[in-house]
Amino acid sequence: MNVSYQWLKSLVPVDWSPEELAERLTFAGLSVEQVSYFNHGIKNVIVAEILSVEKHPDPSKTKWHVCQVNTGKNTVTIVCGAPNVRPGIKVPLAQVGAELPGGINIGPADKGGVTSYGMLCSSVELDLPDGLALADSDGGIFILPQECTVGEDIVTALQLDDAILEFELTPNRADCLSVINIAREVAAISGKPLTLPEVKLPEARGDVAEYARIDVMDKELCPRYTAKLVKDVKIGPSPYWMRHRLAAAGIRSISNIVDISNYVMLEMNQPSHTFDYNDIADHHIIVRRAEKGEKIITLDETERDLTEDMLLICDGKKAIGIAGVMGGLNTEITDNTKDILIECAYFYPKSIRQTSRKLGLASEAASRFEKGIDMESTIRASERICQLICELADGTLIGGVLDSHEGSFAQSVVELHYDTVNATLGLEVPAKAVDEIMAALTFPMEPIDGGLKITVPYYRQDITREVDLIEEVARIYGYDKIPTSLPEGEMTEGKKTFSQKMEDKIRSLMTAAGFNEIITYSFMNQKHYDDLLLAKDDYRRRSVVIMNPFSDEQGVMRTTLLPSLLTVAARNMKRKNKDLALYEYAHIFEPVEGEGLPKETSHVAALISGESAKSWRNQAKAVDFYRMKGILEMVLQGFGISQWELKAEAKEPFLHPGRCGGIYVNGQYLGYIGEIHPTVMEYYDMPQRAVVFDLDFSILCRESDQTIVYESVSKYPAVEIDLAFVADVHVTAGSIEEVLKKAGGEYLTSVKLFDIYEGERIEAGKKSLAYSLLFQTKERTLTAEEINDSVERIKDALEKDLGAVLRS
Amino acid sequence: MLEKMLQDLEHIQEETKSQLKKVVSQEELNEIRVKFLGKKGELTAILKGMGKLNNEDRPKVGQVANEIRNNMEGFIAAKTKELKEAALTAQIEEERIDISLPGDPVALGHRHPLTMVIDDIKEIFLGMGYEIAEGPEVENDYNNFEGLNLPKDHPARDMQDSFYITENILLRTHTSPVQVRTMAKMVPNYPVKVICPGKVFRRDDDSTHSPMFHQVEGLVIDENISLADLKGTLLTVLRQLFGADREIRLRPSYFPFTEPSVEVDISCGICGGKGCRSCANTGWLEILGAGMVHPNVLEMAGYDSTKLRGFAFGIGVERVAMLKYGIDDLRVFFENDTRFLNQF
Repeated sequence: MNVSYQWLKSLVPVDWSPEELAERLTFAGLSVEQVSYFNHGIKNVIVAEILSVEKHPDPSKTKWHVCQVNTGKNTVTIVCGAPNVRPGIKVPLAQVGAELPGGINIGPADKGGVTSYGMLCSSVELDLPDGLALADSDGGIFILPQECTVGEDIVTALQLDDAILEFELTPNRADCLSVINIAREVAAISGKPLTLPEVKLPEARGDVAEYARIDVMDKELCPRYTAKLVKDVKIGPSPYWMRHRLAAAGIRSISNIVDISNYVMLEMNQPSHTFDYNDIADHHIIVRRAEKGEKIITLDETERDLTEDMLLICDGKKAIGIAGVMGGLNTEITDNTKDILIECAYFYPKSIRQTSRKLGLASEAASRFEKGIDMESTIRASERICQLICELADGTLIGGVLDSHEGSFAQSVVELHYDTVNATLGLEVPAKAVDEIMAALTFPMEPIDGGLKITVPYYRQDITREVDLIEEVARIYGYDKIPTSLPEGEMTEGKKTFSQKMEDKIRSLMTAAGFNEIITYSFMNQKHYDDLLLAKDDYRRRSVVIMNPFSDEQGVMRTTLLPSLLTVAARNMKRKNKDLALYEYAHIFEPVEGEGLPKETSHVAALISGESAKSWRNQAKAVDFYRMKGILEMVLQGFGISQWELKAEAKEPFLHPGRCGGIYVNGQYLGYIGEIHPTVMEYYDMPQRAVVFDLDFSILCRESDQTIVYESVSKYPAVEIDLAFVADVHVTAGSIEEVLKKAGGEYLTSVKLFDIYEGERIEAGKKSLAYSLLFQTKERTLTAEEINDSVERIKDALEKDLGAVLRS
Repeated sequence: MLEKMLQDLEHIQEETKSQLKKVVSQEELNEIRVKFLGKKGELTAILKGMGKLNNEDRPKVGQVANEIRNNMEGFIAAKTKELKEAALTAQIEEERIDISLPGDPVALGHRHPLTMVIDDIKEIFLGMGYEIAEGPEVENDYNNFEGLNLPKDHPARDMQDSFYITENILLRTHTSPVQVRTMAKMVPNYPVKVICPGKVFRRDDDSTHSPMFHQVEGLVIDENISLADLKGTLLTVLRQLFGADREIRLRPSYFPFTEPSVEVDISCGICGGKGCRSCANTGWLEILGAGMVHPNVLEMAGYDSTKLRGFAFGIGVERVAMLKYGIDDLRVFFENDTRFLNQF
């Protein structure tokens, strides 16, 4: 809502500048986003009168005219190319020495052998809104109102120093789509008196009931419909002051009748519609829902397909408008219109909203109706329109009003208690100040014990409870006067839940391991399921689908974190950020049967790629599966999970089948670890290999053992023995270690693989694994026999179970 | 006889002294020790002649011999120490390295800047006795809208264009549904003091809007909660986040779930409130929305709104991160370029 500063000032005589007024209104809850001006740099442009228009002496300059122009001081010659110049009109003259918006300076100019001492200006050259000029200025010189004084600066003549306040209203203050209601706020905060425009009707003849009738068939969608009639109007331009105020609001001037309708819409927030009375068949208005398949051509010359939930304004034969949204072309006011039927109505906001949405037709009227207008001021607005039509279009008013009024706004009476005001705001506002604020807002009130009983005006439908009035007090009293305190009362314990602590833990473990955290969108394109080579029946393909995405990129809620991890990795690789260690902690979404919300589970997914820290003294080494396995082991250790299993299984289609495994804890599938499948690398355009893991964080938390059991360390020396075993190359290190630990007995406290050898020094098809074994007990120093026994048992078991023999 | 012995003793003492001067290694030193002080050394050889002395002279020679032995041992000990020190000095000199060479790289990971801001906010509120509540990213209409005083077709629903899953299920447009969840869980117990960080979604995508972003919701319900408590709490929190020299101001606003509702501005950290380019010459930066919990919301959750009041606020995490770190493009948060991430 954009409003002329001068218009507001005509209603409340504030002495604040436009900027100060804007600031004060903003801090009282009517946010003014910007203050702009009509004048964008016009200097020394005056009102001039064209005395004569002659053809240019050069016959090739067919479009040019040589005009003699009266400046009020003398007569000057101006060459002008506009088609609408004619003697007798008043026009803006940029004299020699004038400036135009965009920093254009005017000097004498040779125009085909004739010297032009200035320039006649169009709206474009003056950078003024189109509707400000009279209609016959279109495509030519801005024709000024005849009442302008020749010689006067046009900035003064056209009030171009007026400012425009651009309001950004909150949805609860739709009442301030009315200039009068904004002025009411200005009066409340400034303490200056509010002067409302006087609605005074001229003498009427006859009764509208003799000329027309109305039938509202759907009173739910149209609780109020009123019509008045003005006859014998003269269609013409509206006066400059009205065009100026409309232009400030961004509304283009059309004709006096249409302008008056728009003007009262701005003034009182009552959209209205003016019909050519003689085009209304049977002079009968019927308000009904559209029939199936019905169509109408609206004022914008577009045919609209209607549905049965839409409300129509019809005459005896046809539809003549979509209620509250846009009128029909068939009853439009034209230059030949004589008699005008004025509709002022209240339509059910929800219905207008739906119709406007469905048709994709967002008119100014519809946007006001859907926010809710004042049902009780309909007739007053209708009278105001009639008054202006009679005054400005010379009409004859027909008496009476047709009024279908079914159900009115409830009169809301709300009690306001001084102590509640102060308790809620944390203030000590004196009772008198509260009374004054309510009075300034012109709310009718009467005193009650400890407070006031307020009769809420109909236009303030947003006020229904005491707290709404408390807000009124706060915003007028000033939020800057609210003190600061902290909540008193019972002490509360600030603490994190177990899973919140575990969330911190995973982040700190990953950070310590050198991983960067990434954050990506919870939704994704479902093409990723194909890129991950997921089988047609893979459970991850069942995803929560978004009904109204902008594009496929927000098509589904993700069922795996992997695609975004790979996308981010590929993007970084392309940007030459080659050595990557990334992880994300986020939700995945699984649809559930029926009406319930999807199941959301936290996962942690990590990726490494590139080379490990290389330096001037260490060889760079490509990070690989074992590096990632080390990270996984560290994470699991951090979560206190010691019993887990890595199964060599190629269950996940997006992993390299020979370099991956499933991670199991207590029989549950915790997740996977592995190198990305070469085909998937190609799909994601990844120039280098990457290893990932993905863990179900809920299982990680559930299986996590954070209890710490202290054991004293042994005072007796440990014995360290290094042994190497030769086994078939297919025997896994994991199976050897398992046998070692089992056979080693209770004194074997640590097993560490320190070397693997395959090559010419041992038999082909075999490998040697060297282990460092540590024997210790807390009770005493172990004897040589005890250790030998253990080593013998190990040797026997390895040979028996795995065919592995001690390397000699 | 006596004279000769005393002279000899004196002589080997001098001899030891002079030979020690030339010693440069521990081995030479050992040789000298053996030569003069060993069992078959020169001192022993001289003392062998003691038997020929009379009883009177014997103690005299004994005494001198002891003194000289002690002296000689002293000389040798001093020399030992000297040699050791010299060796150490040589070793240290030899082991000198160029400490200006780079250290072995140890990669340090980085939390995402949005996580850092959320963690900072959590720490501040935990210290003030708040708990951390959580809720799902996919919500039902009741929790996201209706229970927050936003019935179907409420015009304010337009303020938050939503991604829908079904007519009744959507991606939460704010973290406020956690208010509804928390109240439903807590009723009729109070006080309630929670914050809820999380991801939220709106159907917007341009340089200043991301379809997903983060908020931290806050909710306090108790008997005597006032707007002044809200102002004080936010002042404390924003000063901890941005610096003790910051001021805040409240501007009236509108949210269906709070009444009164306010927008909170923080004084610009670049110009200190004087006005500059970053704050569009106003001296202030918009930072969050807040208000007193609407009694309708309390009542829908089953609380007695005549006895209890509350305040609520919603902090935009990206907004805080952008102001705190001087980031001017929202999209960089979700690109996850490691050159960006490594700075935090």
